[in-house]
Amino acid sequence: MNPQWQNRAASRRRDPRGRDYISVKDYCFWFGQAQVLKGLNLDMQKGSVTAFIGPSGCGKSTLLRSFNRLNELNPQARHRGDIAIEGLSIYDPAVEVISLRKRVGMVFQKSNPFPKSIYENVVYSLRVAGENNKSILDEVAENSLRSAALWEEVKDRLGESAFSLSLGQMQRLCIARAIANEPEVILMDEPCSALDPIATAKIEELIHELKVKYTIIIVTHNMQQAARVSDSTAFFYTGNLIEYNKTQEIFLNPQNDKTEAYVSGRSG
Amino acid sequence: MKAIRKNSQVSGKGEIGVWFSSLGLSLGLLMIVALLGVIAYNGLSVFWPKRVVQVEFDPQSAPDLGSRSAVAGIITSQKVKSQESPEEWRLFVGNKDQYGISYSYFDRDSLLKVTQPEDLLVLERTAYGKAIGYPEHISGPSGELVSAEHPEFAERLGSLVRECQDRGKEIRKLETREIGAIHEALENLRLQQLRLERQSELSSKDREALEKIEKERARYESLFTTLATQARSLRDLQTSHKLQYRLASGEEIDLPIGEIHRFFYPNQIGFWGRAAVFCNHIKEFLLSEPREANTEGGVFPAIFGTFVMTLFMCVIVTPFGVLAAIYLCEYAKDGVFVRVVRIAINNLAGVPSIVFGVFGLGFFVYLVGGTLDELFFSLRLPTPTFGTGGILWASLTLALMTVPVVIVAAEEALTSVSPGLRESSMACGASKWQTIQRIVLPASAPGVLTGMILAMARGAGEVAPLMLLGVVKIAPSLPLDNQFPFLHLDRKFMHLGFHIYDLGFQSPDSEAALPMVFATTLLLIVLVVVLNLAAILIRNRLRRKYQIAGF
Ligand SMILES: Nc1ncnc2c1ncn2[C@@H]1O[C@H](COP(=O)(O)OP(=O)(O)OP(=O)(O)O)[C@@H](O)[C@H]1O
Ligand SMILES: [Mg+2]
Repeated sequence: MNPQWQNRAASRRRDPRGRDYISVKDYCFWFGQAQVLKGLNLDMQKGSVTAFIGPSGCGKSTLLRSFNRLNELNPQARHRGDIAIEGLSIYDPAVEVISLRKRVGMVFQKSNPFPKSIYENVVYSLRVAGENNKSILDEVAENSLRSAALWEEVKDRLGESAFSLSLGQMQRLCIARAIANEPEVILMDEPCSALDPIATAKIEELIHELKVKYTIIIVTHNMQQAARVSDSTAFFYTGNLIEYNKTQEIFLNPQNDKTEAYVSGRSG
Repeated sequence: MKAIRKNSQVSGKGEIGVWFSSLGLSLGLLMIVALLGVIAYNGLSVFWPKRVVQVEFDPQSAPDLGSRSAVAGIITSQKVKSQESPEEWRLFVGNKDQYGISYSYFDRDSLLKVTQPEDLLVLERTAYGKAIGYPEHISGPSGELVSAEHPEFAERLGSLVRECQDRGKEIRKLETREIGAIHEALENLRLQQLRLERQSELSSKDREALEKIEKERARYESLFTTLATQARSLRDLQTSHKLQYRLASGEEIDLPIGEIHRFFYPNQIGFWGRAAVFCNHIKEFLLSEPREANTEGGVFPAIFGTFVMTLFMCVIVTPFGVLAAIYLCEYAKDGVFVRVVRIAINNLAGVPSIVFGVFGLGFFVYLVGGTLDELFFSLRLPTPTFGTGGILWASLTLALMTVPVVIVAAEEALTSVSPGLRESSMACGASKWQTIQRIVLPASAPGVLTGMILAMARGAGEVAPLMLLGVVKIAPSLPLDNQFPFLHLDRKFMHLGFHIYDLGFQSPDSEAALPMVFATTLLLIVLVVVLNLAAILIRNRLRRKYQIAGF
């Protein structure tokens, strides 16, 4: 990890924003002229699972991708406001994007393994960081695959192409790939949308296990899933954060009409 | 059934375009198949040994054969020019040393007698092409004779021919390799001497060195004389045995066995015998050097030159084009400059190849090559080393010519790599360059190979620019051999495309060369197809390896 980050983070640990681990403050976001996010404020706790829900096109993915600054690949992207992790702004000039992305891993909706072997997929982030020590790579590969509950299934075929895996296995491989970096936060953008119920159940189980070590933010369209896996839930609507609360509260006792309509399946 | 018919009628109405498109395709295919068929038939029939006929005629009807009244030859065409005129035969009569012509024309009606004698012999000679005649006897150095009637005549002749061919190989080795090495050494000595003599003052050490050079030279020269004598005595042996044969028109000729390349009885051998000669001919065509101003023998140096040049072009053009595509596609900001560059690239693809040839001559040969010569090979001047056409400059120029193709294909391949793949890589903490290098490039390799295939298809068949850049009719040595530094990029080279042009349009007897033109054309097409197939195979393997999961 970037030592600079650690120093900075240590010096700002007593940030007045409190002990909230990730905090989004007045965050606005545009693609070109179109405003996608309209002044969001929310804080997330360390070691929690937060679910983002909301109708399609409301900006869930955009917000998620802001946490690791992946939106910046699009030259049209602009933002205002701030996101801080552990009290340090991710837009702080001292923060390198690459070290940020190592801290904040991501799993995509479409599981897109690299056209490489299973093993090379898992250790990819270490390779790009310049790690070539075989024993270290082996260890990380095994640990990550175990954490992603994939080790038993692939331990004998690590050299095979990642495309030989089933969709559910591929998605777990992508989780293993994200874990290999030892991130602190894992972002998941609809990780189960292409999977069957059994594979989905496996991933959900996995999320429960990973929660101990990582802070997880998950975007989902599946209300049951949000209810099952998350501690808190944020409901977005056309770029606004409508309601953010404990998951139980959101589902059993929504404060906002729109939230109620959405979680009960009457709109969206 | 009814419903289906109705349906097809509906879709057929007003969709004449579909018919036209299929018509266009089938027309194109038909033309390609016909062209390939003609080339393949003519190219392959060159190698098939045909029967030989002997014709007798009134001397007046064939004035170009003088007062001869009989001749043997291979019928190469029989056609009726118009209704009234009789059938006209074209006979390949060979024996160019005697007749001075290769082909003779007869009206079928003027021929008094047409026979196919069993004992006619076709001799492929190292000079003057084929001879057709009746063998009489073989005479040895001490006057002993083996008559053609002798039952073992053919075996004896065969063993003598083989013996001479082995000896010929030995002579060639002596002359090209060993004597060539001596020439090389002498040239090096000359250059050393020149370097020393150019100094204004000679130290005693220099003088010693000069003396040493002198001694060395004397040593090499005496070596040269011994080798040369050795070669000469071997050459004498080549003519010790002679074959006497009689032409159908009566002349008797003595031919040293050393000048016989191959012989066969065209009217005696059956199908398998013919097939054997056919294979032999093809083998010779592919693997040996040309003889007699390229109209006989093989085209190996041309195959090799084409192959090396094309390969070299690919090696240069692919990385170059891919790097350019990466910059254009991944890094350049869209703007006037990039748009101008794109337009320039597309226009570059349409520039006539001869223009590239002229550019290559002016820039690579004269400017770059000339400068290299001045800097590193000044002692050899005025003999140019790199300052003249050579395989390096030809490959570079062709690479320049084909680079737009590769850029366009590579750009397409790069943009078609799914953005999700790039994002995943970046999300793993990879930099943009790492992403390109480790993910995007491998995944776009099949597309890049497609570009390379297209470049190869354009580059391998190109002749015009090469004529300015070092392609020659006969190259004394290959661009790759066992002499240090093994790869001689400054050498001139032969090329199949140029070979075709030279044979068909530049040789003194272009009619005799016509079969070779077909054969060489066929070969060039086959070579391009083989190179393409190889690239396609590699591409398919890569595709399988980098296939993107299907959803
Ligand atoms: N690259 C882009 N360029 C321009 N507009 C974009 C881009 N990506 C997303 N948008 C717009 O931003 C808005 C939010 O998109 P986003 O992908 O964040 O929605 P989402 O909530 O994730 O939807 P879904 O549930 O369908 O994934 C949409 O209106 C979309 O059209
Ligand atoms: Mg989304």
